[in-house]
Amino acid sequence: MNLKRKDLLGLKDISAEEIEYILDTAKTMKMILMSNNKKTPHLQGKSIVTLFYENSTRTRLSFELASKYMGASSANISSTASSVAKGESLIDTGRTIDRMGTDVIIIRHPMSGAPALLAKNVKSSVINAGDGINEHPTQALLDMFTIKEVKGSLKGLKVAIIGDIYHSRVARSNIWGMTKLGANVCVAGPATLLPPLMEKLGVKVYNTVQEALIDADVVMGLRIQLERQKKGLFPTIREYSRFFGLDEKRLMLAKKDAFVLHPGPVNRGVELTTSIIDGEQSLINEQVTNGVAVRMALLYLLTRRGGMSEAAN
Amino acid sequence: MKLLIKNGHVVDARTGRNGVFDIVIEDGIIREIGKDIEITSSDLIDATGKYVIPGLVDAHCHLRDPGYEYKEDIESGTASAAMGGFTSVACMPNTNPPIDNQTVIKYIINKSKQEGYVNVYPIGTITKGQRGEELAEIGELKFAGAVAISDDGKPVMNSSLMKKALQYASMFDITVISHCEDLDLADEGVMNEGYQSTIMGLKGVPSAAESVMVARDLLLAEYTNTSIHIAHVSTEASVDLIRNAKKRGVKVTAETCPHYFSLTEDACGDFNTMAKVNPPLRTKKDVEAVIEGLRDGTIDIIATDHAPHHIDEKNIEFNLAASGMVGFETALPLVITYLVDPGILTIEDVVRKMCFNPSKILGLNKGVLGEGRTADITIIDINEEQIIDVNKFKSKSKNSPFDGFRLKGVVYHTIVNGKAVVREKVLL
Ligand SMILES: [Zn+2]
Ligand SMILES: [Zn+2]
Repeated sequence: MNLKRKDLLGLKDISAEEIEYILDTAKTMKMILMSNNKKTPHLQGKSIVTLFYENSTRTRLSFELASKYMGASSANISSTASSVAKGESLIDTGRTIDRMGTDVIIIRHPMSGAPALLAKNVKSSVINAGDGINEHPTQALLDMFTIKEVKGSLKGLKVAIIGDIYHSRVARSNIWGMTKLGANVCVAGPATLLPPLMEKLGVKVYNTVQEALIDADVVMGLRIQLERQKKGLFPTIREYSRFFGLDEKRLMLAKKDAFVLHPGPVNRGVELTTSIIDGEQSLINEQVTNGVAVRMALLYLLTRRGGMSEAAN
Repeated sequence: MKLLIKNGHVVDARTGRNGVFDIVIEDGIIREIGKDIEITSSDLIDATGKYVIPGLVDAHCHLRDPGYEYKEDIESGTASAAMGGFTSVACMPNTNPPIDNQTVIKYIINKSKQEGYVNVYPIGTITKGQRGEELAEIGELKFAGAVAISDDGKPVMNSSLMKKALQYASMFDITVISHCEDLDLADEGVMNEGYQSTIMGLKGVPSAAESVMVARDLLLAEYTNTSIHIAHVSTEASVDLIRNAKKRGVKVTAETCPHYFSLTEDACGDFNTMAKVNPPLRTKKDVEAVIEGLRDGTIDIIATDHAPHHIDEKNIEFNLAASGMVGFETALPLVITYLVDPGILTIEDVVRKMCFNPSKILGLNKGVLGEGRTADITIIDINEEQIIDVNKFKSKSKNSPFDGFRLKGVVYHTIVNGKAVVREKVLL
């Protein structure tokens, strides 16, 4: 198999087979990552640019290390949201990067759809590293990879996603991806932070966190943006943690062997108590490692499109 | 020189005329409407097989002049209107500077006389600078030639100020056109709040952002016993509210635009900025309600909300893209295809909603085909199909989600003040 696509913009428009293929490739990449010699020639001669209109130390570092471990030359461009507002056209920026011989552009942007717009206007492969409140496909891929590593498969698993669903691109990508792989996804959170008509996405919406947690195999907490409180989407952090936060007592509602994911960084004591973050059921650290493996796989597969030899394998 | 229109199917709402007639035009006036008129030494338009209707009147468009001539100016805007079969258009005041003083009114009227293909009627602002803080000089605007007042593009958020505007404007017998949008509810959303906004991860505008303010304005008009015109109705709840208010005797008229009965929020899929409009495209249920409102007379007129934008204002991130679409050159084909062809409206209804009613609401002496009237006439073929090609638009802007659509209905001739400005589909 070969990934036929030029870009990875989201998990909405990708098949279950493609997802599985990426996750399988990531297994190999994780072996490389865990070895003593983290240098492979998979991306030798390739040029990768990260174009971040939003700060993110984690995601960016994860992509950069993935590129470096595989021998690519990489560069990064930081741009602030204010330069977007100033009218520096994304299309012009993209075309300029394109002309410099870039193979992959990894973009993070505060506006939904920006990677799609870029992809339409450049020859390089485009990877969406998070756009607005739309998608964050590589995060969802690493979440699914982590689940598969522990559970073997997503089929039939109850995955509860708790928190600010409305503004979460992580939640959206996970919902697209996990339902495709056969998981039963449910969500719960403040009603003001749930987008309308979630059910049409094949997701169950619960009124309380407790209901969502019952018999869950996987529990995913989402990061709460503290500025949402100022916008009146929930009253106080205190009230949030009381009704929507995850503590050990609530986690007991889930299956015994359930485990906890969080895209990080966690607001300790708000979305999750410290005992859960650092507890046995937490896979939060594993997620970070797996993120690099998944991104290595993806960069490799996207740059290989067009029929590079399998020899590099 | 006389102009003779032969054998067209003449339809008029006011006179009730509906049949094959000939029309004689002289010195810009309709001299005679009759059967088998023979005159020599006249210019002839053969209208066999076509409908001859009063020139279309648009009560809501944006000509972008002064201030945004790179999007559109009076010449290109009225050329676009003429191609669409419009002979009179009323332009909204969100220009730069806005139409909140008589100097801008005079500028538009004079420039239209010099460069315009069709009649142009400026709409003044409700508040100074469209800032929603103080009333504009409404009396002076009317005296200078404004046919209505509106802060279109922005709502008048302050209810007390809106009440005063209705009371004050009624003294001058000038129509208040309300752009209904509760900005706090809209909360910087960029499309309808619903399934599409959920799956695209775009911030949604609840349909209540419109309906809440429609309700407010209906209550204010009722309380002050004044009249109000609701612009671009797009939601089911708005249609219901207006229908009920009319039953109670509230003096309300309402408009919708072709995109609200022909497209749903699905058109925004794949981040298609061409379908970004304000109010946003809604759901199938809303579209059905708008169509029912048109059918049962709750919605009095069809306006274009012609809103041209430069390609660079559309070929960007969805959040940043300007709202609006070119309206003149697709309006009639959309009406024919989505309303007349399925049997929702008759041609008489179309004449009522696109000629007679808009001209009545704006207080214009237009929209009627009758002897002694100004010869503003549109001749259309409602059976001929066309494929919309934005590159052929006479508008300076090409922002339309209908590019490539196959639609029924073609404008053949547009006659303004007795003179053909579009003849055999060609702008003269
Ligand atoms: Zn408006
Ligand atoms: Zn408008």
